[in-house]
Amino acid sequence: MSWLEKLIPSRIRIDGRQKKTVPEGLWAKCPACDAVLYRADLERNLDVCPKCDHHMRIGARRRLETFLDEEPREEIGADLEPVDALKFKDLKKYKDRLTQAQKATGETDALIGMKGELKGMLLVAAAFEFKFMGGSMGSVVGERFVRCVDTAIEHNIPFVCFTASGGARMQEALFSLMQMAKTSAALAKMSRRGIPYISVMTDPTMGGVSASLAMLGDLNVAEPKALIGFAGPRVIEQTVRQTLPEGFQRSEFLLEHGAVDMIVDRREMRDRLARVLTMLTGKPAA
Amino acid sequence: MNMNFLEFEQPIAELEAKIEELRYVGSDAEINITEEISRLQTKSRELTESIFSKLDAWQVSQLARHPQRPYTLDYIERMFTDFEELHGDRAFADDAAIVGGVARLDGRPVMVIGQQKGRGTTEKLKRNFAMPRPEGYRKAKRLMEMAERFKMPILTFIDTPGAYPGIDAEERGQSEAIARNLFVMAQLKTPIICTVIGEGGSGGALAIGVGDRLLMLEYGTYAVISPEGCSTILWKSAEKASVAAEAMGITSARLKELELVDEIVKEPLGGAHRDPDGMASNLKTALLENLDVLDSIPLDKLLENRYQRLMQYGNFSER
Repeated sequence: MSWLEKLIPSRIRIDGRQKKTVPEGLWAKCPACDAVLYRADLERNLDVCPKCDHHMRIGARRRLETFLDEEPREEIGADLEPVDALKFKDLKKYKDRLTQAQKATGETDALIGMKGELKGMLLVAAAFEFKFMGGSMGSVVGERFVRCVDTAIEHNIPFVCFTASGGARMQEALFSLMQMAKTSAALAKMSRRGIPYISVMTDPTMGGVSASLAMLGDLNVAEPKALIGFAGPRVIEQTVRQTLPEGFQRSEFLLEHGAVDMIVDRREMRDRLARVLTMLTGKPAA
Repeated sequence: MNMNFLEFEQPIAELEAKIEELRYVGSDAEINITEEISRLQTKSRELTESIFSKLDAWQVSQLARHPQRPYTLDYIERMFTDFEELHGDRAFADDAAIVGGVARLDGRPVMVIGQQKGRGTTEKLKRNFAMPRPEGYRKAKRLMEMAERFKMPILTFIDTPGAYPGIDAEERGQSEAIARNLFVMAQLKTPIICTVIGEGGSGGALAIGVGDRLLMLEYGTYAVISPEGCSTILWKSAEKASVAAEAMGITSARLKELELVDEIVKEPLGGAHRDPDGMASNLKTALLENLDVLDSIPLDKLLENRYQRLMQYGNFSER
């Protein structure tokens, strides 16, 4: 016991055992400003730090739940499950990686699609689950994305997709590369029908996902300070052998270089996307 | 070590060296050297056949990157007439890592587009090792849209380690440039035949690789990431490139089996670089045959087939 602790009267002294009785996860720390935050507050704030506005990564299901109206919601392609057609094995079997990711996330793969409403407007929304193998795009992600597009076409309603992905899923080899062509072709079809597609890029959106469905929005939207790009910063650094400029490949950099239309704070996402979508679909202002 | 031969070809290189030596002394020797030479030549051919009949994925990827392998312009020169190279994306620059232009194939006007590697340091740098920047992909898109307007079929030649991972490329929207090409190629109203002539490196390859037919030269490779990159990420070591190459199944034979590739174009014994003329002639025949087939399909049907083919990519189960 240190001298300071000895000074404190014993009834308000906190020892190690007592500390552990505090429920875990009641507090969270902002990775950007180190502020200690009450988790309930943070959640009410959509996982945006109330002190510094840092947008923390959030899961796909929570993303859709906070973006869509509470009712109605109908999941798209939920019955699709990944298979290990190539019997791929690196340090671990792909099959085991899948099982592990499924257990950890409670999801069957890295994309969730839903038909629902945004402020009473019917639409399709999809979100990538970054915790599922880095949100990588394999066959199930590609197929679910296409089914979302098909649903949007069938009902003539807009499609909004939130990306968070490291890129293609290497364990599905060339099949994963082909998902880039598959999803882009579906978007081309939807575009011909005059159905709006909004791509919202969140941290991070890289590689094959960035170089296909993420950059093809009628509107490309980004959350503040998200890492967005084709090649990873480390790969670029190794190639060009120079230090990357401050803020390189962040949303603000993309806005400045003309790659995204706007940066939208997560807390304003519903309002601003709803407003734009009513204009794109010729509906009166809400 | 003879640099024209890869490591696994060294036994062939040794035989060839012996043959050269014999030729050199041939003129002034008394014994009949001709007979000995022809015996060694047969042996060398048999050895080559035997080595090339059981190449592993890593060996194939070395062949696909062979410094003497014919590049896009080598094929253009041999297969087409009246080639006029067209330059620039009309917005920023001309990217020498992608070449394109109009040409005639057996008299018929076509649009040819391909990534171009360089030989020798100066040209390699000029071509940026066939790693295109956004302006390269945008030039390709401009030429493809032009081909659609003038009802010319599009022939693309894929040969790139990947799209350029550089600061400037990111600034000008590498992702968007690639994505836009996938979007546009999916619906271009003209036949498109894509051929992997060497290295098919990921998104940088696919950006000129969406079409009605995907052909692949026998010793070409096509993969979502280079074997070295895959090894570094998944095996946490640069040493496992050969294992990664095998696991990803990057060879024409494997990809044909998986129905990702439509047709394998046979290479001359020992690979395309041993006989570029023979290779060009094989490829020309294959392209003409495929063009004939595509010509007979009405445009609506052609586009519908292209779309359906893209949609069927992937493996999954449905509960």
